[in-house]
Amino acid sequence: MSSEAIAERSRASEFWDGARLSTPVVVASAPFAVLFGALAVDNGFSVFEATLMSAAVFGGASQMVGIELFGQHVAPWLIVLSIFAVNFRHVLYSAGIGRRIAHWPVVQQVLGYFILTDPQYAISERRAENGQTVSFIWYLGLGLPVYVFWVVETALGAYFGKLISNTHSLGIDFLLPIYFFGLVMGFRKRPLWLPVVAVSAVASIIAYKTVGSPWHVSIGAVAGVLLAVILPPHHSGVGAKPGAEAEEQL
Amino acid sequence: MSTTFWIIVAAAIATYLTRVGGHLVISRFERVHPRVEAGLNAVPAAVLTTLVAPAVLSAGPAEWAALIVAGAVSLRGGLLSMFLAGAAVLILARQFVA
Repeated sequence: MSSEAIAERSRASEFWDGARLSTPVVVASAPFAVLFGALAVDNGFSVFEATLMSAAVFGGASQMVGIELFGQHVAPWLIVLSIFAVNFRHVLYSAGIGRRIAHWPVVQQVLGYFILTDPQYAISERRAENGQTVSFIWYLGLGLPVYVFWVVETALGAYFGKLISNTHSLGIDFLLPIYFFGLVMGFRKRPLWLPVVAVSAVASIIAYKTVGSPWHVSIGAVAGVLLAVILPPHHSGVGAKPGAEAEEQL
Repeated sequence: MSTTFWIIVAAAIATYLTRVGGHLVISRFERVHPRVEAGLNAVPAAVLTTLVAPAVLSAGPAEWAALIVAGAVSLRGGLLSMFLAGAAVLILARQFVA
């Protein structure tokens, strides 16, 4: 076999490694893509506009907030600002993942940041922590199925929205919290995990009750991150070799 | 083009800025301070927690049961198994707890 063929096969297998990891994300987000499509049309979007929003923004929670405000005839700039606020957490993901994908060509990085969602960040970060390279083709394998299903299911939801009659008994409204909880548990071996989670939980609940949604996301996250910054470095395990943590997780 | 179209375009640009912005700002620094690194390490758990905590507080017995089972499964199994276990418990519990 030629070296090109071998390289081709290893690229394909890296893509499918990523695609396999995207399965739970695709399953978890499917109900929300359909729901978003149905709600968007219900709030005055056309099927094309609903699908365009999923394709261009690609951020579930922020899209839900956007159509909710649109339905209430909120000023356009305020809708955009609210979407920006919900998505502001990506700034933190972007800063984190930048260290892992700095070796990619610029065009690939431009595309990579476009599909940087919550699970995309969490799963890529976990791979890097385990000492494996985050390659573009693996990252694409992880993100592309999520993106394609998200857009197609939005269009389907917009067309057939009325078919979902009893979303409550199917638990659709609570699938995403369960999924995010799983991601949080996945980081439990990190230094300061419990204090950070506790502070973020309390701060986000207080912010949710006082300032209101969507600011509880940014406020709660900043509180947890500040705790990690303020505590002395020897508590946060920064000096330790990355490999030590990876071994713990195996 | 309609107002809706321009809202979507502006939202898409604003969202992309959040996805590329952190990298563009942080990468200007030669060396990352240990406290900054500690902060970055805390990011995923901190942000994801805020997407769960308020939802848990305003939930009921069916949701709590689902999270307890999902949490227990996550100590041993992977993400998909914990998710499916949680979803199964949720759907089952909601047939009894209205």
